[in-house]
Amino acid sequence: MQKVLNAFSGAWDAMTESQVWKSVFRHGAITSNRNRVLVMMSNVFLHLHPVKSRKAGIKLRYTWCMGGITFFLFLVLTLTGLLLMFYYRPTVEYAYADIIDLSEHVPLGIMRELHRWGAHAMVITVWLHMFRVFMTGSYKPPREFNWGVGVILLVLTLLLSFTGYLLPWDQLAIWAITVGSNMARATPLLGTEGPLTAALKLGDINLINSGNDARFALLGARSVGENTLLRFYVLHCVGLPLVAAVLMSVHFWRVRKDGGISGPM
Amino acid sequence: MEFIKNIINWSSGPTVLFTVATIAFALSIKYPQVWSKKFAYILFGGMAVFYCFSMFDPNFFLIVAKPDNVPITFMLFLVAFFTWFALHQGVENDKRVAAGEEPLEKQEQDKVWVWPDLVYVELLCMVLLTIGLVVWSILLPAPLEQPANPADSPNPSKAPWYFLGLQEMLVYFDPWLAGVVFPTLIVVGLLAIPFIDTNPKGNGYFTFKERRAEIAIFLYGFIVLWILLVVSGTFLRGPNWNFFGPYEYWDPHRVEPLLNVNISDIFWVRVLGRPLPSNPIVREFLGIGMILFYTGFLPVALAWPKEKFPKFLQWMSLNNYYEKMGPARYYLGVMLFLLMISLPIKMYMRWIWDLKYIVAFPEIFFNI
Repeated sequence: MQKVLNAFSGAWDAMTESQVWKSVFRHGAITSNRNRVLVMMSNVFLHLHPVKSRKAGIKLRYTWCMGGITFFLFLVLTLTGLLLMFYYRPTVEYAYADIIDLSEHVPLGIMRELHRWGAHAMVITVWLHMFRVFMTGSYKPPREFNWGVGVILLVLTLLLSFTGYLLPWDQLAIWAITVGSNMARATPLLGTEGPLTAALKLGDINLINSGNDARFALLGARSVGENTLLRFYVLHCVGLPLVAAVLMSVHFWRVRKDGGISGPM
Repeated sequence: MEFIKNIINWSSGPTVLFTVATIAFALSIKYPQVWSKKFAYILFGGMAVFYCFSMFDPNFFLIVAKPDNVPITFMLFLVAFFTWFALHQGVENDKRVAAGEEPLEKQEQDKVWVWPDLVYVELLCMVLLTIGLVVWSILLPAPLEQPANPADSPNPSKAPWYFLGLQEMLVYFDPWLAGVVFPTLIVVGLLAIPFIDTNPKGNGYFTFKERRAEIAIFLYGFIVLWILLVVSGTFLRGPNWNFFGPYEYWDPHRVEPLLNVNISDIFWVRVLGRPLPSNPIVREFLGIGMILFYTGFLPVALAWPKEKFPKFLQWMSLNNYYEKMGPARYYLGVMLFLLMISLPIKMYMRWIWDLKYIVAFPEIFFNI
């Protein structure tokens, strides 16, 4: 037994002493305080963290880890979404059939499940994260701005989920989006059935009609169809995630700049 | 058994459910000591027992076990737990402060190394979450219905679940309010919170006593006006958006009489016994007056000092907030608050007087 252990530890030492290992990890074994600092400073992923943190701030009891879980779910959704994009074509002709193929013909076909349940979970964890931040008063100065960034991220999460809801192109999808987007028709001034819209007139001609109102801008058509599917697909896979990623960077950066995880003064 | 089910069906109707939730909420704010461990056992025990027994009911099972409704059950338990957890910690900290100690968080001010103390927790969290998500995905296939057919609209047609609070609002308000103005106001209101709330206390630790008003307003909006409406919109609204108790069959042929009338009908036709005036401004003057009173006069009047109120209304004076916050913060905060509680106000006007619109200009889609 001892021999086996020695062999392992020898192999481990040889590996961590090698030039390849040292080119990646530029610090020794993380057993000294110096290396605990270096591991945070020299790793692009870990450097989101401070080197040290107040004990109260990292307790699960305090943070519920909800922000972290939300970010982790975003990463899961990015990865599974990327894999789904290999198989899915956003056209009325193929979309539904591709969704069926995903579970019928793709090995280990639970990618869509991971993506859908992860998305639902992310909406819930984002709400709980906001709830925790409110209940600990963590939006108070100096963190007002970051609370605002968080609110925008919450809206983006809902929009991401909403645009993704259409993509399976089944009855559930188009009717949920129809019900949701019908609201845009009632936008004041900008929707055909919105208050004050009728006042926007040039002589006898209504400036806003069902071919150019807020709902049309959302759907790219007068009803949920081919154009909507493409529009939602592009927003879901490229537009919204890009904006969310940028704002998340701001969010995390400001957490650090505003003094780390909140705590009593 | 049937008897109990009938009681639960009846008491989950929008009127009873909402009233009970509001009263229970008010009591829990008045007596925060209820957020004890004992209460948690009763609450979660009760919820678990309710769910377990109800699963044997075919109608209940049919709705709750729909794949896209499963996350709502998760949410219900998570939100209940974390609401209890946050308030429990707040109350515990208040006790400590009252006894001359510091909040728990303040006692743990010493710094620890992020590697390993935080990084390992994060790793563990990721591993557990991944396992949970994979197990969930294997056990429960994602829903897929018939291919999209624009000619065949299902009944009920529901928005994605997180918007069902807004869809529920459509019962009481027109789409321009429920679907456009109120969602915008929710976002604006959330953005405005740090700037309205000038209370320097309770920053960075759980507390209840030091932030009673803020917590009460936020919790009412989040728990009662958002989560409760999402849950009832998911589980209790069936065909034609009619209400169905948790053990009722979603009968698409059930007819609910629509008896709702406008304020103008009540005033001109019922009270004065005359036909509606043809001039729309005259026709709607009462409703317009009420809206102007609510959004114009009321915020100003609430800022008056106590002495200017009649004796029995003195509790309404928000003068101390006006003094503390200054005019800009006060008016923004009070307007947002009044618009938030305009939802329950309109709900009760509907339930008590069958009121449809306070102001109705259907000609220009301007109905409130």
